[in-house]
Amino acid sequence: MVLGKGASSSLSRKMVDGAEDMVSNCNDFTVLVVDDDPVIRKLHDMHLKKFGLSAQVVENGKTAVDLCHFGATFNLILMDKEMPIMDGVEATKELRAMGVNSLIVGVTSRDSQYETQAFMEAGLDFCFEKPLTADKISFILQELNKKN
Amino acid sequence: MERNPMRRQLAIMRQSLFDQGYLDEQFIQLEELQDDANPNFVEEVVILYYRDSARIILNLEQALERKPFDFNKLDGLMHQFKGSSSSIGAKKVKAECTLFREYCKSGNGEGCTRAFQQLKREYATLKRKLEAYFQLARQAGPAETACCRKE
Repeated sequence: MVLGKGASSSLSRKMVDGAEDMVSNCNDFTVLVVDDDPVIRKLHDMHLKKFGLSAQVVENGKTAVDLCHFGATFNLILMDKEMPIMDGVEATKELRAMGVNSLIVGVTSRDSQYETQAFMEAGLDFCFEKPLTADKISFILQELNKKN
Repeated sequence: MERNPMRRQLAIMRQSLFDQGYLDEQFIQLEELQDDANPNFVEEVVILYYRDSARIILNLEQALERKPFDFNKLDGLMHQFKGSSSSIGAKKVKAECTLFREYCKSGNGEGCTRAFQQLKREYATLKRKLEAYFQLARQAGPAETACCRKE
């Protein structure tokens, strides 16, 4: 499922204010942020902190795959698409092939519909345009709560 | 008492950055993440952006020196740069990135060169304006409310 841009900042604020119950349920969730852009890593890490989550942060798909290969488990993986060494498409395929059933959310710059579809078909649960906003994170955490 | 005029000046400066198209709503998203525990978050992100993107700019310059142009490589580098610029709300910079990528797709080397020069100008202008903004913010001291609102 490919979702479009997030809502306005006023809606974002409303979603964050209404997410307090979600935070109390989320504190045990483990999150992995996979992105080669340090600005995005910092941004997404801060967004997650606002929901009471602390994330592990890695720079490319291979590190993410290695982490899971060596036994790390995550409820949620935020996966960038374009990364060096191993991109998000390849990493997602490998994670799903390993049996990783985390909620994997793709985060992309605006790409062609074809490229986004290919990313989804690699095994994503959702795909959003980067950077994530508070209301997109809120949506993701709602889905995570449902899944768990 | 002195802070009020400075805070007013700060608000005016901030608003002008949006009105003149230098920043978009993504900058407001950064501001909404700033809080008492992370009072300099916005400035930290902007500093990180300029530090990291300097590397991409250098790579683009080097790639534009090689003839013939490798448009795929140029487009890939600009894709990266655009993503980063979007994340801080750098609206004019982002627009130049888009234009550059269109020239890459059409194989227009001259267009790429022109767009890159304009991009560097917008990038430098935004840096100057944000440096001035953050300097004034430091002088003005912390706001009474958690974060600034677009007026």
